[in-house]
Amino acid sequence: MTEHNVRNFNINFGPQHPAAHGVLRLVLELDGEIVERVDPHIGLLHRGTEKLIENKTYLQAIPYFDRLDYVAPMNQEHAFALAIERLSGTEVPIRAQLIRVLYCEIGRILSHLLNVTTQAMDVGALTPPLWGFEEREKLMTFYERASGSRMHAAYFRAGGVHQDLPEDLVEDIGKWCDQFIGVVDDLDQLLTGNRIFKQRNVDIGVVTLEECWAWGFSGVMVRGSGAAWDLRRSQPYECYSELDFDIPIGKNGDCYDRYLIRMIEMRESTRIMKQCVERLLGKDRHGPIHATDGKMVPPKRETMKRSMEALIHHFKLYTEGFRVPEGEIYACVEAPKGEFGVYLISDGTNKPYRCKIKAPGFAHLQAMDHVCSGHLLADVSAVLGSLDVVFGEVDR
Amino acid sequence: MSAAMEDLASYLKENRENLFETAMVTYGELTVTTSIENIVPLITFLRDDVQCRFVNLTDICGVDWPGRARRFDVVYHLLSPYQNQRIRVKVPVGEDEPIASVTGIFPGADWFEREAYDLYGILFTGHPDLRRILTDYGFEGYPMRKDFPLTGFVEVRYDDVAKRVVYEPVELKQEFRSFDFLSPWEGTDYVLPGDEKAE
Repeated sequence: MTEHNVRNFNINFGPQHPAAHGVLRLVLELDGEIVERVDPHIGLLHRGTEKLIENKTYLQAIPYFDRLDYVAPMNQEHAFALAIERLSGTEVPIRAQLIRVLYCEIGRILSHLLNVTTQAMDVGALTPPLWGFEEREKLMTFYERASGSRMHAAYFRAGGVHQDLPEDLVEDIGKWCDQFIGVVDDLDQLLTGNRIFKQRNVDIGVVTLEECWAWGFSGVMVRGSGAAWDLRRSQPYECYSELDFDIPIGKNGDCYDRYLIRMIEMRESTRIMKQCVERLLGKDRHGPIHATDGKMVPPKRETMKRSMEALIHHFKLYTEGFRVPEGEIYACVEAPKGEFGVYLISDGTNKPYRCKIKAPGFAHLQAMDHVCSGHLLADVSAVLGSLDVVFGEVDR
Repeated sequence: MSAAMEDLASYLKENRENLFETAMVTYGELTVTTSIENIVPLITFLRDDVQCRFVNLTDICGVDWPGRARRFDVVYHLLSPYQNQRIRVKVPVGEDEPIASVTGIFPGADWFEREAYDLYGILFTGHPDLRRILTDYGFEGYPMRKDFPLTGFVEVRYDDVAKRVVYEPVELKQEFRSFDFLSPWEGTDYVLPGDEKAE
């Protein structure tokens, strides 16, 4: 073949990552096997969440948050609940905080399990997803036992959580934690030292810390590049400051470091969960699970039978809904994928005036071009897997 | 938290008073309002100044206020991991007024500005690639504007005869329900039906 026959190829990158089945179109410009340019086309899962939220009451808006990052639903609700609580100055009782933390960490494990194991699948291993999804199924049963729904829980309400946890559920979560460490060990054995897995991930998709900040990264992405930055520690919310856990950070900023961080974070999350379980069964066994003044959380059915005021509260909250004082707030949580924020503008009515959702995956995915340029075609799937994007939140 | 924010506000006033109009601390968060011409120097200052170092761009979004002369707000959220502080910068922008892009300062602003353009029609000058991002290929209108109907204007379906997806005007089987649940006892700005006869 003569020189002038060589030309660049444009290809549509197929549905590779399981979180991206049919909802991401990656247009790649290739020079041989080297990627020259990546142009992600997103929006195929755009549902107009923000617009819908503007037209719904605050309570009606909560289920939309489950449908953003649908592998860790409650973490999203959490940010929205925090935004409302900060605007209205609502105090959340300690038992509710512990339940929230417990379920946020379950969400983190749900997300990391999916990410770590499917990243392994992206680079050729088939066993890890099977092992990981078994545990995810157990965790989703815990979601179901608390909220009645495996995924779209709508469990974190402004002012607390929807229902109290039965004692045997908390005990079962405690038992699950004990055996889960063994599963992480198994995954570790399968992947961490695996020659193929290392070849595919070490020194792939390297980002420096300066680049991370400038591109708007957060979460595991910045920790992988060496920043000791975790909102649970640096800007603590709920009762995270009372709990004992460590923040793993990476050195090289490559896909392999990010994988290692996720593995360690699963262990740390289990540690947090154990502490929550201990307190929920011990010191904070009893107590309110939401704000009790009746202005934000509807009263219990039995009080409604006896108290006129409770009946009025119930009626008002399920017709008009509660009002949030005028103002604006940015509330964020350390979601499994990074900083998930809600910028809420209230005009004093029962509906949000504007609710901008800041999704970590959006910022991560836009750097695909920057991270992948110069890599081989096969590395694109490794990088995509390690960016940890879920299109529910990217497209909103 | 609030005290640190007040300190930051007064520091900004001392050093770059000409670059912004107001600096307010509400709910423990600092909001700075500025104008179109000052946005790039202000963001650059916030990023580079050693006392600020807001090196992380968290978010850019539009907000629609149809009643105002300058209809939109472009809201920037920045984070300083070194000072552990956040700041919010707001710029009022008119409907046909372009605002300078900050992609030169933060490469990560790219998609956020595309999103604001896509959903609100806010134009960013100097943006390398201002295409629509979230909406469909060939979409018309700016869906997040307050005057854009919730149901939109077109719907799609697969046409078996034409063997392709076709666009048609929205046809609602049932009227979209928008109940006004705000309590009438707390004073409304509209006249309840029948009340006009009471005069």
